[in-house]
Amino acid sequence: AALKQGLRSQVSAALKEGRVTPTELCQRCLALIRSTKFLNAYITVAEETALKQAEESEERYKRGQPLGILDGIPIAVKDNFNTTGIETTCASNMLKGYISPYNATVVQKLLDRGAVLLGKTNLDEFAMGSGSTDGVFGPVRNPWSYSKQYKEKCVPESHSENEESNWVITGGSSGGSAAAVSSFTCFAALGSDTGGSTRNPAAHCGVVGLKPTYGLISRHGLIPLVNSMDVPGILTRCVDDAAVLLGSLAGHDPKDSTTIQDDFKPFELPNLTDVSKLSIGIPKEYHAPGLSSEILTLWSKAADLFRNAGAKVVEVSLPHTRYSIVCYHVLCTAEVASNMARFDGLEYGHRSDMKDSTESMYAATRREGFNDVVRGRILSGNYFLLKQNYEKYFVKAQKVRRLIANDFVKVFRSGVDILLTPTTLSDAALYTEFIQEDNRTRSAQDDVLTQAANMAGLPAINVPTALSERGLPVGLQFIGRSFQEKQLLTVAKWFEKQVQFPVIQLEEVKRHDSGVFQHQKSASFS
Amino acid sequence: LAPWIPVVGLEIHAQISSNSKLFSGSQVQFAAPPNSLVSFFDASLPGTLPVLNRRCVEAAVMTGLALNCSINKKSLFDRKHYFYADLPAGYQITQQRVPIAVNGRLSYGLCTGNKMSQMVTKTVRIKQIQLEQDSGKSLHDDTRSQTLVDLNRAGVGLMEVVMEPDMCCGEEAAAAVRELQLILQTLGSSQAVMAEGQLRVDANVSVHHPGEPYGVRTEVKNINSIRFLAKAVDYEIQRQIEELENGGTILNETRAFDSKLGCTVPMRDKEGKQDYRFMPEPNLPPLILYDAKSLPANTNHQQVINIDWIHERLPDLPSVKREKLVEQYGILPEHSFTLLNEDGLAEFFESVVKQTQMKPKKVIGWILNDLLSYLKQHSLAVKESPVSSSLLADLLNLLEKKEISSTAAKRVLAELWKGEGKTPLEIVKEQKLELLQDQKELEQICQAVIDGQENEVIMMVLG
Repeated sequence: AALKQGLRSQVSAALKEGRVTPTELCQRCLALIRSTKFLNAYITVAEETALKQAEESEERYKRGQPLGILDGIPIAVKDNFNTTGIETTCASNMLKGYISPYNATVVQKLLDRGAVLLGKTNLDEFAMGSGSTDGVFGPVRNPWSYSKQYKEKCVPESHSENEESNWVITGGSSGGSAAAVSSFTCFAALGSDTGGSTRNPAAHCGVVGLKPTYGLISRHGLIPLVNSMDVPGILTRCVDDAAVLLGSLAGHDPKDSTTIQDDFKPFELPNLTDVSKLSIGIPKEYHAPGLSSEILTLWSKAADLFRNAGAKVVEVSLPHTRYSIVCYHVLCTAEVASNMARFDGLEYGHRSDMKDSTESMYAATRREGFNDVVRGRILSGNYFLLKQNYEKYFVKAQKVRRLIANDFVKVFRSGVDILLTPTTLSDAALYTEFIQEDNRTRSAQDDVLTQAANMAGLPAINVPTALSERGLPVGLQFIGRSFQEKQLLTVAKWFEKQVQFPVIQLEEVKRHDSGVFQHQKSASFS
Repeated sequence: LAPWIPVVGLEIHAQISSNSKLFSGSQVQFAAPPNSLVSFFDASLPGTLPVLNRRCVEAAVMTGLALNCSINKKSLFDRKHYFYADLPAGYQITQQRVPIAVNGRLSYGLCTGNKMSQMVTKTVRIKQIQLEQDSGKSLHDDTRSQTLVDLNRAGVGLMEVVMEPDMCCGEEAAAAVRELQLILQTLGSSQAVMAEGQLRVDANVSVHHPGEPYGVRTEVKNINSIRFLAKAVDYEIQRQIEELENGGTILNETRAFDSKLGCTVPMRDKEGKQDYRFMPEPNLPPLILYDAKSLPANTNHQQVINIDWIHERLPDLPSVKREKLVEQYGILPEHSFTLLNEDGLAEFFESVVKQTQMKPKKVIGWILNDLLSYLKQHSLAVKESPVSSSLLADLLNLLEKKEISSTAAKRVLAELWKGEGKTPLEIVKEQKLELLQDQKELEQICQAVIDGQENEVIMMVLG
């Protein structure tokens, strides 16, 4: 089967030719969601509205007037995007039961193109975390935990024990979206990326995770974590699909003053065959403490791959990389403290029964509505914003941020086109191990490779590369120049073709499969 | 006793006259049903973002230019954090680091001298003008232990005008604010009606001895009219002087003006000083303004603001209008102040002057003494005057042609106030107020009077 056009395009063709109808597709996805409920990838499944959208799509196909490539395609959206009439919780008690009165711009764009919204996916509360384990609806389980590939590599124990304590995390905070795409319950999903929240779970779940350039895609309707770093993220099973999604979503939004004004032209990815004109940079600082030897080897092999194909591969330096975590911590918590100030129980969301005074109502509401992670960040952030601390911390961090961004500018100016780095330090951890450390520690560890791109606003993408010794996905990251998504995705697509990452072998998927979810025979990379 | 020098500065919030709010598209309207003008952004619904209203920026630029400020071609937006029921987002978007306009000045006139007939011009420096959001309104219902919140006003655009402490008393503060009000109304950037909350004034007051540093200042709030502003400031100055002369100290506090008692009282104390944790507003890029020189070629005219273009289109400011009135009509400067002080009075005056042969110098007396005092007595605005400019002009023409005496004219005017639709000529005929020019007729009348009063005449003749 040709990887040329991408699965989504094949589905699209199938819809056009009537080999499958939008309602059939929708129903199959909904059935698969039901049978993979144990993954806890979805917070809300919008069954009724999805079927209705599918029916409308079907009508359009019958008339021979589909809206485009995305018409009838089932998608999922992370639960920090506003969706009209559908609960938007951010996996927090603060917004349990909150029904959005409007659609985020990115959601509206997808719906306008006929996409079928299956539901809202699970995340760390308010997108704070790197495991998708700290939301009020419980942790998301990595579908690969149940894959043949992983089970084969597991130490044999009693079957049921395995299932319960042997599952691995998805990474985060867009774990639900990554799991949803990985387990075939949808063809694409929206995540968000502030410090790696789309790329990290993409790497752990073996899917493509794209973080676009800041300002390319509208944030209107995305409940913010850090306004100056957040971007909507795109999760798909192949790079071509990511390009299609990007084409539908990018462009100026008058409702978001941080989107660029320039016209955006959607592109089709060329099939790159000649990489000899390419210059790939390998930043030495990304050989970070804790990087597993497996991933180090993979990274090195990838560099060789490019070199052997004729590309120029050079070691580069991004000297301020080691300050980025601390810098991120200051700026992130400061913005969090500010962004969360609106959650007071007065206008919407959870309101405490405490009635003694307005202030006591606020305090009780916020204590009850937010988890420890959120409250911790708010307290830190307010500390950094105090008058006596502002210069020392916030302004200092802004300056360091500028230095980090300049590192990239210098490297790209020196002739490097794309940077190649690992996405994560290792493959996915067991849930039982992951929760041994607190959220802050984990985030600090796990964000190290992804977060500088958010500082600098650059586009970056995770491409699933190979399976680890434990049979779990490992991905590599490409970082590109501002607004050069076309180049970034073209290179990523070439790499994807070279590595032929294996398809997940899930029992549940096999049962529902009837040819639409095609299996490819692919040589594994490692 | 050493003399005291009072020092008064002002922080004025003027609501921008615009169709929609500063960062959202909801409507701006006074006294609408509660919470009927609230967009998702105004209610701080999660995921909403601010979008800057062009008209509000233009209003601030106009105002800055009228107050002789430097307009900052790059200004920034910040978040000012505090928790209050009328502030849905938990922060206000304002301009703390770099406001839109700085370093201006406002000239205003004061009447001095015995009879208040001399005009003196004073100046107050304008520190800055910044754009910021208005808050909603909250009403405390103590009987039911609840607070009612109306967000209609939340997010409406404000211009905060900061006046340096160059004023020394209530009268100066009042005159400065009055002049600012006139300027804003002339520009149309704010309707500046204090009663509708479109103009709010806080006064900063302190006193010190000459040669010594400035004293501790208090902030006085809750001032609802220009008249109360003068009272509040003067009261506070007096209070501080008395306090200090009795060996007390002044606290750096906020006080509210109680208009019923005519005094200032401490406002409920917030524990410690507020730290507003200012932070740049990440969702709004720096506000860039252009002038003719810096305007890049091929820019979309819709997307940019050209300061020079706005400057060219500024209307005549009150001070210019006054000069023109004095020059054109030969009236006194203090007259021009009064004319501009009453909404519509200058237009009324000019209209009368057009329709009458009477010299403007004489017309002004009728306008300021007769017309204005009548209107004041009956609490009428100029536009509500039962006597139109044409009617008054007709009357003055009769006077000018010496068809009636000035005493008679006043009687006719009194009749005209009744608004019964009669013309001055009709009233004159009715009441037989015509001036008699005929000698013979006059003799006949005099004779008739004498004949009718025989006894009195005899007494007079006999001495």
